[in-house]
Amino acid sequence: MNRPRVPVKAIFLGAYLLFAILPVYWMVNMSFKTNEEILGLFSLWPKDFTLHNYATIFTDVSWYSGYINSMIYVAINTVVSIAVALPAAYAFSRYRFLGDKHVFFWLLTNRMTPPAIFLLPFFQLYSTLGLMDTHLAVALAHLVFNVPLAVWILEGFMSGVPREIDETAYIDGYSFPRFFLTIFVPLIKAGIGVTAFFCFMFSWVELLMARTLTSVNAKPIVATMTRTVSASGMDWGVLAAAGVLTILPGAVVIWFVRHYIAKGFAMGRV
Amino acid sequence: MARIELDLAHSYKSVAARDEDYALLPLKMTFEDGGAYALLGPSGCGKTTMLNIISGLLVPSQGKVSFDGRDVTHQTPQERNIAQVFQFPVIYDTMSVVENLAFPLRNRRIPEAQIQRRVREVAEMLELSGQLEQRAAGLSADVKQKISLGRGLVRNDVSAVLFDEPLTVIDPHLKWQLRRKLKQIHHELKLTLIYVTHDQVEALTFADQVIVMTQGKAVQTGTPDQLFERPQHTFVGHFIGSPGMNFLDAQVVGEQLKIGDSTLSLPAGRAQTLSSAGRTTVGIRPEFVRLSDSHDSGALRATVSLVKDIGTHWMISATVADRLVRARVAPDVRAPRVGDTVWFTVIGPHTCFYKDDRLIA
Amino acid sequence: MKPINQNAWLLILPVVLCVAFSAILPLMTVVNYSVQDIISPERRVFVGTEWFKMVMRDPELHEALLRQIVFSLAVLLVEVPLGIALALSMPASGWKASAVLVILAMSLLIPWNVVGTIWQIFGRTDIGLFGAALAKLGINYSYTGYATDAWATVLLMDVWHWTSLVALLCYAGLRAIPDAYYQAARIDGASKLAVFRYIQLPKLRGVLMIAVLLRFMDSFMIYTEPFVLTGGGPGNSTTFLSQYLTQKAVGQFDVGPAAAFSLIYFLIILLLCFILYNWMQRVGGGPERAHE
Repeated sequence: MNRPRVPVKAIFLGAYLLFAILPVYWMVNMSFKTNEEILGLFSLWPKDFTLHNYATIFTDVSWYSGYINSMIYVAINTVVSIAVALPAAYAFSRYRFLGDKHVFFWLLTNRMTPPAIFLLPFFQLYSTLGLMDTHLAVALAHLVFNVPLAVWILEGFMSGVPREIDETAYIDGYSFPRFFLTIFVPLIKAGIGVTAFFCFMFSWVELLMARTLTSVNAKPIVATMTRTVSASGMDWGVLAAAGVLTILPGAVVIWFVRHYIAKGFAMGRV
Repeated sequence: MARIELDLAHSYKSVAARDEDYALLPLKMTFEDGGAYALLGPSGCGKTTMLNIISGLLVPSQGKVSFDGRDVTHQTPQERNIAQVFQFPVIYDTMSVVENLAFPLRNRRIPEAQIQRRVREVAEMLELSGQLEQRAAGLSADVKQKISLGRGLVRNDVSAVLFDEPLTVIDPHLKWQLRRKLKQIHHELKLTLIYVTHDQVEALTFADQVIVMTQGKAVQTGTPDQLFERPQHTFVGHFIGSPGMNFLDAQVVGEQLKIGDSTLSLPAGRAQTLSSAGRTTVGIRPEFVRLSDSHDSGALRATVSLVKDIGTHWMISATVADRLVRARVAPDVRAPRVGDTVWFTVIGPHTCFYKDDRLIA
Repeated sequence: MKPINQNAWLLILPVVLCVAFSAILPLMTVVNYSVQDIISPERRVFVGTEWFKMVMRDPELHEALLRQIVFSLAVLLVEVPLGIALALSMPASGWKASAVLVILAMSLLIPWNVVGTIWQIFGRTDIGLFGAALAKLGINYSYTGYATDAWATVLLMDVWHWTSLVALLCYAGLRAIPDAYYQAARIDGASKLAVFRYIQLPKLRGVLMIAVLLRFMDSFMIYTEPFVLTGGGPGNSTTFLSQYLTQKAVGQFDVGPAAAFSLIYFLIILLLCFILYNWMQRVGGGPERAHE
């Protein structure tokens, strides 16, 4: 098994990662250039290196508050989505009950609805509730597509855990909460990690609902980034810098859940 | 079928300095060809580590493993020709039962006719013949474990079959059936079987020789009887038996034994060995504690705290010199009441004496 | 078989409430609008299925639908195998695994309009790395000029953007396979291909189902990225369904037909997902999944 052979996997992975990084590199490149240079000439590294774009973002309150607002409602949404999805996924995975297949499919249909359908009704609903322009409104609105996704993914991972494990735990005298937290959750770690990241991500990038339901106080970064057209034309540099900065929170999230996703499934030592 | 010899130690750390760094402290062990062995111990004692070293899934950090005298330390499980059954059924979901059983043989490119014959033989032995065409995925856990076992048995030159707590996810009422089946197979095929478990009932009923382990050490190897009658280590006394052995602190003074306030005479024949022992631990199993009276020179005064009617016997728990001692008493004896003073005879032929946890007499 | 337990409803109640609160009312509103002609706030005329018929007879709609279906199929055919291959090539643990996870996550985190903007510049032969490189190789490339180039660029952009999703899901799925299966395969003498075919692929079935359906429905609803990149052009060669809807709604339709179109759109996705879901169940062929 130790014959020297071409590391196909490593080459393939390396090639794809290069492909994945190039546009990001180009965006970073742009973020340190002036608009003139971006549109004027082709350069692999900024000729006139400038921090002006980043300065604009950090000093203009409408820019950095956008990041903060986004992070607030995305955090609320992710936590709530996973919290309500865990018990539901467990129910779908372990039991049959009246209407189970139909409810599950109905949940999925919410994920496949074009967001445009929800715009006007949401606008009216949240206006009536007095929740317009609040973080809570966006967090709640995003539940409509994140909760089904969370239930869907978690149920898949839960069904991969043999039911015999639940039964053995009960015979051994575990109470349900103790079994769930100390035995079951560690077994579906990878599922929880990936669900948390996806909930974060889909809420983070969602534009239509976030823009419709907010105006000033809770305006998210995605909305701010759509109005980067000024009198002198599109502000490419600032947009690129903002783009670079939007990657950061998500990168932090996936860094935190990496142990959930990457570590193996360890079932009983010794 | 092979004779397996181990002369090794294993640490998961790259630099092992103290005893705690070792998953398996240095040991030498032999598994005879065709024997049925059990590795018994609590979680974390190193039994699965040992099993994985025997199978080849783990290479020991020091020492070697030999099969029939050949050094196989760096050989893969395939090369060693072992079969392993895991804690939960490991089967190929997309295949039928017969395809599962045939898989190892197909990988070796054995002629199809031979494969079919062998598969049917093994299926017959495991009482799976009626389910051969069914999809393996939809069957119950005990049937799946039989399939796992079957995949190991189809290779007729398999050197040993290793079991890693295989009955963990089986329904209790089916465990007994599977255990019986395993014993049958051992009897018919005379394979070397090594069985890892933390359940003493499984170990004691399955194996000819049981190896009791704790914290990376094998503290005793012996037949179930030997482990029961003469545990060589206090851990064995405590772990085996339900309930385990009673232990009392004692001091040897001259020709006598002081336990608490009482003075007892040492058992004949062992006085010599014990004379220089000083502080010892006296071990006696509940089965061998006798109810007697104050006239018996080997008896201790005890206060009854609990009396349980187990049906086939009484289980009396009493305090002796601040320690709880349990006695198993025949049902025809009149049982004492809670609070009564009784006399337990603890010194007798089955009493064991320990110093530093090791058997000295 | 799974036990029947009606008390399980308590466990799913929070989820049902969350989603119903957000979903049922809006849907009812849309249905309401789709069967009315709202000439003015005071004058509403019930027109029944009038708008639905009008929308479905529209030949431009059929073209956009066709383009959309081809696009979504292409997306699935490229991203799913690529994602699986990536998941298989990624290290299982250690700092390298973490680094790869972060790099893959990056493309998913960029707001979609920025994705379109980046590729806009990236693909230009004068100031973009990709465009310039192609030009250097002597290829006559222009995503604004040629329909095939526009299609290829939109597809490439989508692959760049979304393959990570498939890869991450499959990677998590692979990590959830207990070691014992690989150990048993080693003991059985299985080849790498056999391990993939008999252990990894079957165990990935659940996760693949999610990945395929997600990518299908999201690509079917795609709007921002192609809109920013090509604006639907050249001509209408890259005008997919949601852009067509938006054009019509903003330009010509009023609320009634727009609502009808939204519903039809939703029903098409629903139907196709349903077909895809059932087909995958049958191909995977397993009565051990939770929802047979």
